[in-house]
Amino acid sequence: MTIELLLAIGLGVLTAAGVWLLLRARVFDLIVGLTLLSYAVNVFIFLTGRVRIGSPPIVSDKLAPTLASYADPLPQALVLTAIVISFAMTALILVIALRAHAETGSDHVDGAEPSGATAAERDR
Amino acid sequence: MNWAHWIIVPVVLPLVSGAALLLIERSRPALAARLSLLATAAHLLVAIGLAAQAADGTVRAYLLGNWSAPFGIALALDRLSALLLVLTGVIALAAVAYAVAGDAKTRIDKLGPHFHALFQFQLMGLAGAFLTADLFNLFVFFEVLLIASYGLLLHAGGAARLRAAIHYVSFNLTGSALFLIAVSALYGITGTLNMADLAQRVAQLPPESASLARSAGLLLLVVFCVKAALLPLYFWLPTTYSAATAPVAALFAIMTKVGVYAVARMFTLAFGADGGVAADLAQPWLPIVGLGTIALAAVGALAARDMRGMIGYLVIASAGTLLMALGLGSRETVAAALFYLVNSTLVVAVLYLLADRIGAQRGEHGDLLAPGPFGSERSLLGAAYFVAAIAVCGLPPLAGFLGKSLLLAAARDTAYAAWVWAIVLASGLAIIISLVRAGSRIFWKPYEPPAPATAIATSSVQVMALGWLFAALLLNTAAAGPLARFTGAAAQQLFERRPYIDAVLGARPVPAALPIREILGGKPGKDKP
Repeated sequence: MTIELLLAIGLGVLTAAGVWLLLRARVFDLIVGLTLLSYAVNVFIFLTGRVRIGSPPIVSDKLAPTLASYADPLPQALVLTAIVISFAMTALILVIALRAHAETGSDHVDGAEPSGATAAERDR
Repeated sequence: MNWAHWIIVPVVLPLVSGAALLLIERSRPALAARLSLLATAAHLLVAIGLAAQAADGTVRAYLLGNWSAPFGIALALDRLSALLLVLTGVIALAAVAYAVAGDAKTRIDKLGPHFHALFQFQLMGLAGAFLTADLFNLFVFFEVLLIASYGLLLHAGGAARLRAAIHYVSFNLTGSALFLIAVSALYGITGTLNMADLAQRVAQLPPESASLARSAGLLLLVVFCVKAALLPLYFWLPTTYSAATAPVAALFAIMTKVGVYAVARMFTLAFGADGGVAADLAQPWLPIVGLGTIALAAVGALAARDMRGMIGYLVIASAGTLLMALGLGSRETVAAALFYLVNSTLVVAVLYLLADRIGAQRGEHGDLLAPGPFGSERSLLGAAYFVAAIAVCGLPPLAGFLGKSLLLAAARDTAYAAWVWAIVLASGLAIIISLVRAGSRIFWKPYEPPAPATAIATSSVQVMALGWLFAALLLNTAAAGPLARFTGAAAQQLFERRPYIDAVLGARPVPAALPIREILGGKPGKDKP
């Protein structure tokens, strides 16, 4: 039970940090936030196969041929797909962010500071 | 036409042609444009063939890699997916033709690299999303069409497109994260990803998994509403669609309908009336949120400053109407929604292309809703805008009117009847006012001298692309009877989920041409027991 609790708390912290960074309206923070969020999602997908120790997902001669001695291989395949897609998307949004920064000269997600922002808020 | 592999063709054909286009687009650009047109036309023909197959009312399943469902990925073709495939093909053909039209300086596909390849990949993602019967595969096809749409949105570059792209990409990446959470939570409780199998297992869930199943289902609803642009989740749409080039925006008109399709599919199949602990999950939310979307979209259309911004709000109004009708949840409202979907998608594509022509005719005024000089095509474009405006706001005699009246008639027996009538009619009036205002400002008050020096004439291919979409609109009106019967039958098929489940789960793998042992080189009889 402890390992499930630890993993659940870790997932919660990752997600909360990711969402907080998403809401900061800075392109760099946004990208880090999306990355944290995708880490949390990947671990979550992995955990839908349940946490089990010493049970491989591949059939072997040394284990009894019952479902109880094996882990579910499907979430591991799914998480691989999700990792590849989120990795490619992070690369893409980095390129877009760099191009946008070169074009607009601002790291705000709207391409310009909100008109009411003070200098102190901008520096933060 | 009885070849079993036709179902996979709408996915494989754009994949192959897109890959080929990547190879030849630099060395043989003229051939690449022709190949892209040809592949898109072939895609439409295949879609029409599939619709003719699906019209007999049987659900056809196709097992990818010959793995039986629910272990492998299955595709399924029914009336709804066939209808959306044809609609995609009609709009895509006009969009490609529009993109390759004009001379070397004005051709839209020449404004940046990879236009045609990305276009084909977007078609692949759309076709896959409409055909798949596997929830994780639906996620993958969503990603395929989104990745292609990021590239298409950025086509031709510029600061405005980059700004829109940051919002659009990050919003959709967050949506994808939620999609994955919902899908894997559903897998964690039911142990399946096949939609038909999922539908059966959700119905049999014990009460203690109810809250998890319901939250996963509602999370799916949020994700689909991100795609469909429903009330709190639509703010990205007007800026994104106005930033895109005209043929891309026209193709994007079908992209919001992917969200509508996914809601229609999942919330009748798995979370519909027979959903056990998760029955009628979307019912309390969709009508209210849909009506709110329609009302705010009408306000947005009234407040829009340029034509493309106004059309963006018309897209949102159409998505709101569709999801409201799906949420009302009777067969009649869903049938009316599917009928309305065809007209509203076509007309939005027409309007985006027309707005581009108007912008090209008015020089620096572009499509701003302000009086300004106009090129020589004022009366032609004005007449085209007039017809499209009638179609989009649902006035007789075009099919938009029939769709709206079917919808209002079907909504009369539901609990929300008064609200639906009041909000749909009032927002219809607001949309008419904003369309009339836009038309009178752009066409009615030309400055002297009439023609700005920078007006770009509409080329014959662009006229053909627009004419093709207008012909589709008129055909939609002339063949309203058969189409209404088809959408009625499609709605019927959505609610009778048994044939879909039986077709997908009952599909048998084709016996291998060679016994598997011969392929592997082993000898029969010597295997381990």
